[in-house]
Amino acid sequence: MKHIKTQLAVIGLAGISMALVGCNEEKTTAAAAPASVSPQKMADALFTVMEADRATYTQKVLKRLVKEEKLIKASEHWKDDKALPLPAQMFRMASERAAENSSDFSYSLISAWPINKQNEPKTAAEKEGVKFIEDNPGKRFYKEEKLGGTTYFTAIYPDVAVSSACSSCHNDHKDSPKTDFKVGDTMGGVVIRIPL
Amino acid sequence: MKSSNKKWWAMWTVSTLLLIGYYAYAMTNGDESNFLPGPSSHGHYQIELACDTCHGEAFAGPEIMQKACVGCHSEELERVEDSHPRKKFTDPRNVDQLEQLDARYCVTCHNEHRIEITDETGVTLPSDFCLLCHQDIAEDRESHRDLEFNTCANSGCHNYHDNKALYEDFLVKHADEEATNGHAVLPERNLAAFINAISDRPLSSLMASDADMPNTVTQDDIVILSWSASAHARNGINCSACHMSSYVADDRWNKSPSEAVCKECHAKEQEGFLASRHGMRTAQEMSAMSPSFARLAMKQKSHEQSLSCHSCHDSHRYNTVEAAVEACIGCHDDKHTLAYKASPHYQLWQQELAGTLPEGSGVSCSSCHLPREIIRERGHQRTAVQHNQNDFLRPNEKMIRPVCLKCHGLGFTFNALADEALIEKNFTGKPEKTVASIEMALKRERTDKKKAN
Ligand code: HEC
Repeated sequence: MKHIKTQLAVIGLAGISMALVGCNEEKTTAAAAPASVSPQKMADALFTVMEADRATYTQKVLKRLVKEEKLIKASEHWKDDKALPLPAQMFRMASERAAENSSDFSYSLISAWPINKQNEPKTAAEKEGVKFIEDNPGKRFYKEEKLGGTTYFTAIYPDVAVSSACSSCHNDHKDSPKTDFKVGDTMGGVVIRIPL
Repeated sequence: MKSSNKKWWAMWTVSTLLLIGYYAYAMTNGDESNFLPGPSSHGHYQIELACDTCHGEAFAGPEIMQKACVGCHSEELERVEDSHPRKKFTDPRNVDQLEQLDARYCVTCHNEHRIEITDETGVTLPSDFCLLCHQDIAEDRESHRDLEFNTCANSGCHNYHDNKALYEDFLVKHADEEATNGHAVLPERNLAAFINAISDRPLSSLMASDADMPNTVTQDDIVILSWSASAHARNGINCSACHMSSYVADDRWNKSPSEAVCKECHAKEQEGFLASRHGMRTAQEMSAMSPSFARLAMKQKSHEQSLSCHSCHDSHRYNTVEAAVEACIGCHDDKHTLAYKASPHYQLWQQELAGTLPEGSGVSCSSCHLPREIIRERGHQRTAVQHNQNDFLRPNEKMIRPVCLKCHGLGFTFNALADEALIEKNFTGKPEKTVASIEMALKRERTDKKKAN
């Protein structure tokens, strides 16, 4: 986990410094343009890390300790229940922590059938993107959008029910508006935003 | 013409200089009251003249002020798992919401120096502010269809920050509890064991004849008698521990050791005190708080006092029984305080003192307002007495988990805390209010279609 977090930080920092290099490049008309990373590449790289992180937590921690070893439970109220946080909670805690440390990108987990209403698509790009990834399984969605005076590069990646744990927990949750998720379904999307 | 003009200019110059002089004098002499835009809230008025504490050195911008809020309040917000932390609102997808209510800044809802619109929880927004973001709640919650938005937080159901005792699954889990758990006791205080565990030489009980003041110091028999009856003597804390503490000065006899020596063993307690209404002025290096300066009703005879560890804990005897009740009643003079000695809580306290009930079954003022907490300190677990009563005061839902639930069931607690008349009577009688939240949660549980099939 720690290693993965480090990777995330390295990639994040690399992305940020590249973005900065990109800015400099505009101002100075240097002869040799330093290599820069496009927002899409940066978002894709961030997503790779996030997804790897999430899958590792789900398989190597949750599935092993909860399902196989039956040592501990996973619970939405993980503190009170002295349990492990759910994958979506891990994801959001990390995203909030990243947001505290950097404003160079932000990310969140959304769905058209959210357990937590705050995870519903809000912006026009989110609504369009969630529809797109749902209609085009496996595809990614990219768009520029303007929010509060800032233009963002917004990327939305499908979040798929990789195991029955995903679908059954959501189907059984009393706040879930959808009760027939199956393994392989797109359950929602990861949104990554990079200010331009 | 000319001469009269000159006269006016001279007067203008003199009066301007006088004004400048006056304000410069006011500023440099610490009397900044002229610069207050209005009276401050009950939470901050004690330190309202320490302008820099909140506004920063040069009246810096909102970020500096936000930092100041967080500087004092973040620990509590973290402990209660704040439901609306700033970090949830910085994501650009929330910009629309921020236009309604900029939840990134504490001052959006807690606007200081606006006493005329400040409610008792320090909020300066109209009480239906939840509406700004949750206007469509009835779509998800049939039960909320007919509820007004000014009842969300006022009916014992929700709290903007602290929902630790209010979330739905918690309500369901605690739905069947009895009003009172008759056998409940508070965790035992165990500081001595903790000190023993962290000190290099084990401490053993001392008697009057063991008092170790140097013979250059004149003995005071009453002082020695008081000390020999104290928990300090019982647990091996001799005169020299405080009066010759190398922690604060060289190890010569110090007749009146400062309260910095208390901190040596009671760090957590002192930290709480300095964050509380009792110690917040001291923490700002202002003159100590005094009952004469309080906005709550205080007894006339207490007005001369100023607050320190020793206002509640008499020196040498350090009698915690007195500190738990009589010390409070010595100053506080409101209805709730005055009703205490007629309350069932006080009866339990007396029974505990008489030895007819086990230790920890009595309910003193401090059982509820300075609750005992299990903490970890220097790698050991111990029971600490939280000396910051603010953290458990208003809104009174803050008391549910750390205080009331120690002895009472959740439903009873909700109803009692919602009943202002009962609170005034210091809980003598039965709650006459009914909070619907548990019933609502149970109903949703029963009608949950997924659980049914
Ligand atoms: C043990 C139950 C549980 C499991 C297992 C689980 N989730 Fe969730 N999931 C939740 C809860 C509860 C939330 C809402 C968390 C919050 O408060 O934001 C959530 C949130 C989400 C969201 C955001 C939208 C929403 O519903 O609020 C997505 C997308 C999501 N989960 C996908 C998945 C995927 C994919 C998996 C498998 C890798 C998975 N979940 C596993 C319970 C679960």
